[in-house]
Amino acid sequence: MAHDPSVRVANPSPDDIGPWRLAVHLPSERGASRIVTESLLEQLGIHGWETADVFSIHLAAEEAIVNAIVHGNKLDPQKQVYVECLVSPELVRLEITDEGTGFDPAQVPDCTSDERLEVPSGRGVMLMRTFMTRIEYNEKGNRVLMEKRKG
Amino acid sequence: MPTHQRIDVSKVGDVTVVRFNDRKILDEAKIIEFGAELFSVVELDNRKSILLNFDGVEFLSSAALGKLITLDRKVKSHKGRLKMSNIRREIYDVFLVTKLNKVFDIHDGEAEAISAF
Repeated sequence: MAHDPSVRVANPSPDDIGPWRLAVHLPSERGASRIVTESLLEQLGIHGWETADVFSIHLAAEEAIVNAIVHGNKLDPQKQVYVECLVSPELVRLEITDEGTGFDPAQVPDCTSDERLEVPSGRGVMLMRTFMTRIEYNEKGNRVLMEKRKG
Repeated sequence: MPTHQRIDVSKVGDVTVVRFNDRKILDEAKIIEFGAELFSVVELDNRKSILLNFDGVEFLSSAALGKLITLDRKVKSHKGRLKMSNIRREIYDVFLVTKLNKVFDIHDGEAEAISAF
């Protein structure tokens, strides 16, 4: 892009803008992830993230939020999912907390083992681990922190 | 042939080619419809040779993968054959890490997949 000052004002480069943050409570209903992912995808583009990384972050966010709604809160309308996002040009951080009893991620069976390869469910956590740079659960297992670093 | 919302079904010779109307297969309500429509191709229309052409599909979640696995089982139980083609790089990576590339018969393009039936 040409270094014309007027262009820079109209279209600031990702380095010129501060990190985007979002904190939102989602209802425990199917499809609620869209409330977060639509803004998240827009901000990933604004902050200069490449298509492959956008796919990875979108996938991890979708899987984590659906897990929180369906497995964590068990679609209980009295419970909510709390989502915090940070997007900067170099780092994306997503923290998703549900009001369920938690789970032990170490106990999730290996979905790539021969006996589970054709089971239709149970791939979400594995995809989150694979497509993000860092993923950690709290001790209770009702909150997941995920990060993606560029490069 | 039943009307479909989520998929487009056509015939190329003896092969039933299924394309997808959504660029992103992730909304859970749509995935339920997506699954039901795919299953109807096998169970109601009794198609034996089915190709899923993913041209234009940019995203799918693990819930959609689950429907594809169930479809594959249904096709096999009907003694049919299921193949896939035109899968973009990022989605193919999902098949690779989950090792579903071993379960599904995946080809680069539609013509190549059809000739492999």
